[in-house]
Amino acid sequence: MRKKKEAEVTKPAQDKATSVLHEIMAGDPVRIALSVLLGFIIGAIFMVVFDKNVVKAWADFGADPNYALSTVWWTISDGYGALFRGSILNFNGDEFATIIRPFTETLRFAAPLIMAGLGVALTFRVGLFNIGATGQILVGLAGATFVSTRLEMPIIIHMLASVFAAVLCAMLWGMIVGILKARTGAHEVIVTIMLNYVALSLFTYLLRQPNLLLEEGGGGTPKSDRPDGTARLGLLFGPEFQLHYGLIFAILAVVFYWWLMEKSTFGFRFRMVGHNPSAARAAGIKVENTFVWALAISAGFSGLAAANQGLSVDGGLTTSIEAGIGFDAITVALLGGSRAGGVVMAGLLFGAFKAGSSTMQVAGVSPEVLGVVKALIVLFIAAPPIIRAFYRLPVPGPKVFESAQKAKAAKVIK
Amino acid sequence: MKNVEVTPGMFSSAAVKPSLKTPITLVAAAMTILVFFGFLGKSGDITFVWSDKRELIQLPPFVVNSMFFCTVVGALLLMIGLLSVALNIRGGKTPVWLIAIYALGAMMALLGWLATEATQGVQMVFILSNTLVLAIPLIFGGMAGIMSERVGVVNIAIEGQLLSGAFVAAIVGTITGNLYVGMIAAMVAAGLLSTVLASLAIKYLVEQIIIGVLLNVLVIGITNFLYSAWVDDDSINLNFPGTFEKIPLPFLSDIPIIGQVFFNNRITVYLMFILVPLLWYVLFRTKLGLRARAVGEHPLAADTVGINVARTRFWWVTIGGSIAGLGGASLTLGNVGSFGREMSAGLGFIALAVVILGRWQPIYVTLGALLFGFTIIMKVWANQVSPGIPVDFITMVPYLVTLVAVAGFAGKVRPPAASGQPYVKG
Amino acid sequence: MKLELRNITKRFGTLVANDNISLTLAPGEILSLLGENGAGKSTLMNVLYGLLQPDEGQILIDDKEVKFSGPGEAMAAGIGMVHQHFMLIPVFTVAENVVLGHEPTGKVGNLDLEAARKLVKEISDRFGFDIDPDAKIEDLPVGAQQRVEIIKSLARDARILVLDEPTAVLTPQETDELMEIMRGLKANGTSIIFITHKLREVQKVADRIIVIRQGKVVSEASPKATAGELASLMVGREVDLDTKKKAPKIGPETLVVKDLTVLDDRNQQMVNGISFSVHDGEILAIAGVQGNGQTELAEAILGLRKIHSGSIEVAGQDLTKSNVRQVLEAGVGYIPEDRKKDGLVGQFSIAENLMLDGSFGKPFAKGVQIDFAKRDEIAEKLIEEFDIRTPSKDTLAKQLSGGNQQKVVVAREMSRDLKVLIASQPTRGVDVGSIEFIHEQIVAARDAGKTVVIISTELDEVLALADRIAVMYRGRIVGIVDAKTTREKLGKMMAGIAA
Repeated sequence: MRKKKEAEVTKPAQDKATSVLHEIMAGDPVRIALSVLLGFIIGAIFMVVFDKNVVKAWADFGADPNYALSTVWWTISDGYGALFRGSILNFNGDEFATIIRPFTETLRFAAPLIMAGLGVALTFRVGLFNIGATGQILVGLAGATFVSTRLEMPIIIHMLASVFAAVLCAMLWGMIVGILKARTGAHEVIVTIMLNYVALSLFTYLLRQPNLLLEEGGGGTPKSDRPDGTARLGLLFGPEFQLHYGLIFAILAVVFYWWLMEKSTFGFRFRMVGHNPSAARAAGIKVENTFVWALAISAGFSGLAAANQGLSVDGGLTTSIEAGIGFDAITVALLGGSRAGGVVMAGLLFGAFKAGSSTMQVAGVSPEVLGVVKALIVLFIAAPPIIRAFYRLPVPGPKVFESAQKAKAAKVIK
Repeated sequence: MKNVEVTPGMFSSAAVKPSLKTPITLVAAAMTILVFFGFLGKSGDITFVWSDKRELIQLPPFVVNSMFFCTVVGALLLMIGLLSVALNIRGGKTPVWLIAIYALGAMMALLGWLATEATQGVQMVFILSNTLVLAIPLIFGGMAGIMSERVGVVNIAIEGQLLSGAFVAAIVGTITGNLYVGMIAAMVAAGLLSTVLASLAIKYLVEQIIIGVLLNVLVIGITNFLYSAWVDDDSINLNFPGTFEKIPLPFLSDIPIIGQVFFNNRITVYLMFILVPLLWYVLFRTKLGLRARAVGEHPLAADTVGINVARTRFWWVTIGGSIAGLGGASLTLGNVGSFGREMSAGLGFIALAVVILGRWQPIYVTLGALLFGFTIIMKVWANQVSPGIPVDFITMVPYLVTLVAVAGFAGKVRPPAASGQPYVKG
Repeated sequence: MKLELRNITKRFGTLVANDNISLTLAPGEILSLLGENGAGKSTLMNVLYGLLQPDEGQILIDDKEVKFSGPGEAMAAGIGMVHQHFMLIPVFTVAENVVLGHEPTGKVGNLDLEAARKLVKEISDRFGFDIDPDAKIEDLPVGAQQRVEIIKSLARDARILVLDEPTAVLTPQETDELMEIMRGLKANGTSIIFITHKLREVQKVADRIIVIRQGKVVSEASPKATAGELASLMVGREVDLDTKKKAPKIGPETLVVKDLTVLDDRNQQMVNGISFSVHDGEILAIAGVQGNGQTELAEAILGLRKIHSGSIEVAGQDLTKSNVRQVLEAGVGYIPEDRKKDGLVGQFSIAENLMLDGSFGKPFAKGVQIDFAKRDEIAEKLIEEFDIRTPSKDTLAKQLSGGNQQKVVVAREMSRDLKVLIASQPTRGVDVGSIEFIHEQIVAARDAGKTVVIISTELDEVLALADRIAVMYRGRIVGIVDAKTTREKLGKMMAGIAA
């Protein structure tokens, strides 16, 4: 207890706040594992308490206590068992493809989350809160849909052109945020939220226009045609699996993100601006331009997610194709500590949640509980004090060393 | 020895011309109305319907030619715009009341143009009263935003506070059969949610924006789960509260136009009429408000004069949250009559925008919320009276206005200086 | 009222900020706490004021032990404090600031601002402060803001007033006025603790002097002690205020500033048409009280701040409209006055900090990739060369002591191919050992033929380093004089009185 007090006093306020952010980003694996565990435990409690059979069994607890207790166990194991069967391996299947299919579904759902999550993560590292992935995806969808339904091109080239259109449109949209922030100092949180709504209206408007995106012979409902066969993201492993080339783009995106942030000079400057913009400015970096570029590149990742969504559908597109990915991307980036590897893991987890939803539904457990689990996990990761209090973990001590002698000693030893 | 000559003006502001943004916007919009609604406008008639058939005093409808009306209004607006330019050249600012008159005129021209030749005409009472009712959750949400940002805590969780309030109000209201109990339960629930934001932000210094976003996700997750796993199967017994009765105020509700709009409403609207001025008074005229603002501007200074920064922040954020809960209740019990999945649908984020649009000041925030309320009803109404109008653009307007305002204000209007910054002693 | 501190100890982690400090203050006495930056004076006063809790020891008022859990309680006990950084809310009026925390109220809890105005007026008149109760703080000059702080304490019936480095932001004239105020308060029976590291002020006004060094009371001295005696008590050894340096070998004119005018963020003219030039192999020191435009001048030269009018040239190259990167590439090095804000990225390692401005090309970057091997090699070399005391090049900058942090900045800036070095407050908040080292480095740069500009508010530093001294006052250069000018004359110039 005493130790904790000291830790709190030694660091000045600003430092403390950023160090919390960094604690999140540092992503200590034990704490993450415990957060995930606690999230699932609380999710289980929700499942049990609001399950009618369990409630009924416990109402006559005296009549059959064993039955009451076993309903609890069965509800939880039904729920999470279904989640496992739907997202990782289905042991009820009799051939390899059936057994393995759930995992490919997880990959399919994870791909866009990872791509958009990388986008949000990038802005976090530049010290910006980009809530605008939703809008960027919608604008990207508009671009992808136009190219994929209205232009004719050879196979593969058409697909690449559509992906490029999605990325380009999203980047331009993201740049608006950067330019507004750079020119006027407007806060990016509010700008991105507003632009999300504007993008939604804009996309809906475009979907209503017969000469732009509206499906052939379409009427009042804003809906587009199905993307041309030449532009669609092909299936990776044949018709038995729904997994498509979006996964390849996701993998490329992850590698690119890792290189950009950890190895390139751009990433170095991004991180510098994120940690200390005024020092970056004094070091000759145009901070405002950096914001613009960071937001544009970030939006480019969202554009990839948009392409993944818009070029893999079987029917026509409506605005619902965005599927909340833009908002989920924020939680993915937070859970992943804004690092490439972390975002992949977080994207896989949330992808698994999406993939497992339908089997949970079939098993009679409301898959909505996963929404609670998801929120709790990220909340616990983002707010280390909660998880520490729950598991009574020690507070990491201050690593600052004040005495020059100690440092000198270290130097001598070396 | 001699003193260095100190010229007047050194250290004082270099001459800065007042911005031309406002006059230019006013003139441009007036020209648009004059040309497109007036000269090139529609040739039919507009019927302005003032009464709702319920007031004692009835005003006859006003019928006028659309082109003529819009030309006259456009010309008047242009005059105001030019007046604003003249004031600007003389170094003055355009007064707020002039802009208000301008806004009223522009609104009438827009409504009239949209409803030209429409059989039902421009139903003023319908439009204005819906504007008000739709703005109520935004106003309460905005108050929550003001209360927490004024003490230096950024509140992105308004959405969650509204949604939790809406949910709890509906469920508790239905179960107890008493809507007032439901309303109070909503305030308690949203207040409790805010204590999470407050304590994580104040005591544990977790990044406030992150906490806000995550609380929204959490509330959406929990309400969606409870709705699908529990409420939806048994709506009659759990989610069928209905709405509060409308209470017409004697005499006042008989005034033409404003009577039905302002004085024949549900308790949630009347509470807004009380709470907004009250918050303004507390914030700017009392000791509590002075201390709260001090905490939001310079927490260390507040601490050195013995104000408990953490406690002040905690209570303002929490009470603000419970007011947002009231906003949630006004969604279910004050308008819709039952809870629907994710029914706050981004209103909390709009409230956030309204707080900035209204410069952290309760009265202005209320006006900003009314603008959003107006466009929400416009989207529905415009489609009825004038089919084929691109409603998507109407939907966009308030967001664009907010964007322009946020971009234009930045640097001129200062948010509370310590907003978003944690405070650590020592 | 009598105050006694008994055996106060305050630790931060392993650092002992106050080590068993005891002192007494008699009624109506001016006690001066003298000590270097970081000696523990402010910590002690924060303990007295309830902002920090002591780990050991007692506070006694009129021989009764008291415990303050917050400033509110200290104030209630009659202790008032004027902080080094004013604790005033810029957007509030004087009256609102004065009554904040103990507001006079009407029947329904409404503020009684009329009573507040009367209170301010009354105190202001009593001591001849001339303060308008309705003025907004942000519109007042610093001297007036300080008087508001004093009114704030007096309004709470403070019997003991703590003044923490009150003269740091004042001109010599305003300082004299403050001394008058202090004497007036003393005559009124108020006891004063006057914290400073400026010897001359102590000699002028103190009744008693207590010298603090490295968290301990070193001794008690009389105000009659000479400046040299006090100085050696303060730093613990005979101080040699002169850095040994050879006569300058003046080269060609390299930095030329002409009719420069710079505005601050609020459009105030902070630099007002100044001109000067500096030669190779010469150190020009720009002296002056803080806030007279020095910061803006440095920022303008570096391209951080837009130039309103005038021009800047380095070695014949016009840099008036250049951005920071172009200025850096033209061979200007910059040691900012606030290293934590402008000089370092605390979350970056030392190696990364040493390449902050080098990410655009060789030697740190190969194309668009960072050359990690080269970066580490350079880091190792500079750590050795500049005596940066750290366990490793990968240690985060925020974990270093102030002196070592400053050495990282100095190492980075001086290792580039420089023509001009601009050093703002190069030794602020740095330990004595590092000060000497940094001064040596600066002189070495000058001897190597670089053009050096030092901006410092410390006269001692100015006198130790300068070949010529320019004094700034209210955005103008009062005069450029040679390094042998007396302190008295410089002091007058700093108050705007030209020779």
